[in-house]
Amino acid sequence: MIYEEHDIIVIGAGHAGCEAALAGARLGLSTLIFTMSVDNIAMMPCNPNIGGTSKGHLVREVDALGGEMGRNIDRTFIQSRMLNTSKGPAVQSLRAQADKKDYSASMRKVLEATANLTIRQDEVVEILVEKPVDNDVEKKRKITGVRTVSGNIYPSRTVILCTGVYLESRCIYGEVSIPSGPSGLPRSCGLSDSLRALGLPVRRFKTGTPARIAKSSINFDVMEEQKGDEHIVPFSFENIGRNMDKDQESCWLTYTNLETHRIIRENIDRSPLYNGRIEGVGPRYCPSIEDKVMRFAEKERHQVFIEPEGKYTEEMYISGMSSSLPEDVQYAMYRSVPGLENAVIVRNAYAIEYDCIDALCLKHTLESKDISGFYSAGQANGSSGYEEAAAQGLIAGINAALSVLGRDPLVLDRSDAYIGVLIDDLVTKSTPEPYRMMTSRAEYRLLLRQDNADLRLADFGHNVGLLSEERYNDVCYKRSLISSEIERVKTVGVSSSKEVSEFLAGFNSTPVSDGAILFDLIKRPELSYEILAPLDPERPEIREDIAAQINIEIKYEGYISRQKIQVAQFKKLEEKMIPPTLDYDLVPSLRIEARQKLKAIRPASIGQASRISGVSPADVNILLIYLGRGARSIRADLNNE
Amino acid sequence: MYTGDTIAAVATALSPAGINIIRISGENAFSVTATLFRSATGKAFSAIPSGTVSYGFIEYQGEVLDEVMMLKMAAPRTYTREDVTEIHTHGGILVTKRVLEAVYACGARPAESGEFTKRAFLNGRIDLSQAEAVMDIIGSGSDLARRNSMKQLRGDLRAIIESVREKIIFETAHIEAALDDPEHISLDGFIDHLLPVVNDILKELKKLLSSFDTGKIIKDGLNVVIAGRPNAGKSSLLNALLKEERAIVTSVAGTTRDTISESLDIGGLVLNLTDTAGIRQSGDIVESIGIDRALKAAAEAQLILYIIDSPLGITSEDRENLNNFWDKKVILIYNKDDLLDKKDLDDNPIPNIQKAVRISALTGEGIEELKNNIKELFLSGNLEAGHDIILTNVRHAEHIRDAVKSLELVLSGIETGVDEDLLSIDLMDAYKSLGCVTGEEYRDDLADKIFSSFCMGK
Repeated sequence: MIYEEHDIIVIGAGHAGCEAALAGARLGLSTLIFTMSVDNIAMMPCNPNIGGTSKGHLVREVDALGGEMGRNIDRTFIQSRMLNTSKGPAVQSLRAQADKKDYSASMRKVLEATANLTIRQDEVVEILVEKPVDNDVEKKRKITGVRTVSGNIYPSRTVILCTGVYLESRCIYGEVSIPSGPSGLPRSCGLSDSLRALGLPVRRFKTGTPARIAKSSINFDVMEEQKGDEHIVPFSFENIGRNMDKDQESCWLTYTNLETHRIIRENIDRSPLYNGRIEGVGPRYCPSIEDKVMRFAEKERHQVFIEPEGKYTEEMYISGMSSSLPEDVQYAMYRSVPGLENAVIVRNAYAIEYDCIDALCLKHTLESKDISGFYSAGQANGSSGYEEAAAQGLIAGINAALSVLGRDPLVLDRSDAYIGVLIDDLVTKSTPEPYRMMTSRAEYRLLLRQDNADLRLADFGHNVGLLSEERYNDVCYKRSLISSEIERVKTVGVSSSKEVSEFLAGFNSTPVSDGAILFDLIKRPELSYEILAPLDPERPEIREDIAAQINIEIKYEGYISRQKIQVAQFKKLEEKMIPPTLDYDLVPSLRIEARQKLKAIRPASIGQASRISGVSPADVNILLIYLGRGARSIRADLNNE
Repeated sequence: MYTGDTIAAVATALSPAGINIIRISGENAFSVTATLFRSATGKAFSAIPSGTVSYGFIEYQGEVLDEVMMLKMAAPRTYTREDVTEIHTHGGILVTKRVLEAVYACGARPAESGEFTKRAFLNGRIDLSQAEAVMDIIGSGSDLARRNSMKQLRGDLRAIIESVREKIIFETAHIEAALDDPEHISLDGFIDHLLPVVNDILKELKKLLSSFDTGKIIKDGLNVVIAGRPNAGKSSLLNALLKEERAIVTSVAGTTRDTISESLDIGGLVLNLTDTAGIRQSGDIVESIGIDRALKAAAEAQLILYIIDSPLGITSEDRENLNNFWDKKVILIYNKDDLLDKKDLDDNPIPNIQKAVRISALTGEGIEELKNNIKELFLSGNLEAGHDIILTNVRHAEHIRDAVKSLELVLSGIETGVDEDLLSIDLMDAYKSLGCVTGEEYRDDLADKIFSSFCMGK
């Protein structure tokens, strides 16, 4: 049967799918989300936490744009920590342990309560398109809908692929190889073939997860306890200022040792990763314990974090020890770790292989370059991680909606957000392994802090229509207060009185001889805007998060302004657009590899072209010359022949 | 592959006596040459192997124009990576011009200044800094300048810049790796390791920068002003210098001053000589204007040759003039004979006088000593030995200066104890500035800037 047409169909209700569907529905478009199992919406099949280094940035950015992930983890966390507090503001990151059941149930509730959004448990096996109309210069096919396993057709103007690790997936440990999705859930069969038939580049990736061990079998006395922060910073900017206090669960730190490594080495040929039974490429930055032991041969120990899976279960997640070794080796390996001597495994560690697409076939909007209306997000694009998935899902959902509405798409660039870095990397660089967000990937990370995501992105979120007026007005108020307060402290003098000297001495700060400007004192490493409040009687009442911004802006003024110059240079190349119809065969002198890559990726700008591996600086210069002033003379040369 | 039309030009400076080389490059280089060249052995052009020299004649419209050697080089192993031929003519300027006209008539067009190099760049034969070095060679006036440009062409500058860039990226990569994998990569003690690395790099870059002044002099020549009171013998010194050398490189025309400028190569160093009106207090309006101009020229000079009319000795006017040149390098020249002792100067020392030389403009005596003194003053060190690369390009100097600034910010960051990830901001700035020297980094206007120099001379 053929159902009525939707504006947006989302395939998959994981972290990407939920954000995509919510964005579409909240923007007023009729949205249908398919899931293989309604009970497992927004399931966390691997680590029981949200955020962490650079991933925490993504969550805050999703929130700043009007996404759901930040709010959902704020509702369901069981421990919260700000990481790297001893380091600079650029690398501080928020991470929260989630109660997996609550997280999933809470997200499901949000989906169910959202207008325009329909949830459907079914398996999509085919993407339907129509041939390009004859007069279309770009020869693009167009999405018409999807077909389910039962043969029913759901017409739709746009389709967003959010299939996670479910496509033709296979779970593997030792000699065991089971055709299934994660945690024994059914896998999706047939959709991969449909993608291939459409000409989309399908790849096989793998990832893995560690064992879950019964809490009662663990001796925590020999481990280092890691408690949550006393002062909890919420993920969502709308929760700032609210009381987030709750009883927090602890995590525990222990280490592998030489005995663990010996066990792994002696059985390495029984690891499907090493004996060739797994063909998929695994994530270098989220390595299995056998990877770590083989790669860092000189290391005598690796960290192991024991993390609770939730309030309703005894299961503990053994972070840092994902593996695909056989069950007997897993037992030996885990039991060699201090505190796990009597470990009882509830679920084995396993590797999972799955199909995904090479995101080089996508535009920055996450729409296919060749099939209009087809979008893809999350692990289906070759990324790894809940947060990376949510970020892409949100952008794909927003852009699918904007295209239906006939509005300009939303593209964040590398200087706007980690999301921009993530998507640009995915659609520009062919990553040979699951792509994980990392701090070092963001060139302008001092500007892209987790603490200022709202200030950076509220305009985007508001323009799109996902950010409420209330939140947008708060950001505007915050911005104006920050700039007026910075200007004010530039005019505040501090005298050289005895009281001031004593106050400064209390912070090991040298006295001011002829008086000083407060602004300059704030810059001293040992002082801060907050510390100096007693010397600033005129200071207005200022919210904590706003005070923190003022402090960072003043303290890092020089670095921030230099990074802004870098961004300005970066933007110049980003703004040199390459016409999508450019015939690279007409550009003289490009090297063969560069020509092939450029033809395949069709970069939007000179900036993007310069980031394609295999395109050398000389090639970029040739492009610049061709597109710029030099193009005329080269063309003239050619015409003269 | 860039395949432009076929271009040709005389690759050597046209000289009446010596051999002149006509270079032809492009798709039709071979067919153009085949039309004109008759091998002495009767071998067909197509049968001549690439990379060989053939003896023969240039024949055009039934007339033998010249007896030549012809060099055939097939793409891509040529300077431009296109088919290239070279015709070595023997008949002097007029004949060379006729051969060139024949080449044009057969389908080549005149090459623009630097066009062979532009093609070499576009075809990936050389990088930007090497292309620039070629432009420097074309524009250089002296042997030393050419030699230095040759070194840049070989890639010596590139090698230095690349090695510094590698060091910077290595340290930055460590910082970033530690940010992402603090468990396995530690920053403990990193600053103690980074500090000497940055200091060493700074030393190296500053050395390169300090060569820039010398480099500029080598490349553009030394601006020398001959000054002195009227009739002290300025013009005769100029004539003596020029007469002695007989090596006028160029005649700078169109100066708006009432000054005469000549260029002169004194064994590797080009002197841009400016003769000025005599400087004295004057009531005459026209003369005053000349004096004003003389003072202006002196202000721009890197060296002043101040002439003392020996019979008169150092007058109070001379002293006043010399005091005006307090910030300049000055060589004092005693002209007009050997009557006066140097005693006068020794008795009345004048600051900033680098040297005093006695010459006779009439006999040419002392001119050689003067030239040696000038070279010694400006080309000190091991220039001739040629171990070091010398920076001659303003653009390179600007980028290296930027890199030095960024690295100094790294040092001050270390001093104030900022976090490592902030240091990486300035490290990356330095890395990028240096990349602009070699063309590894693109600023939007970089290629334009460099290629605008290809259009010089029009």
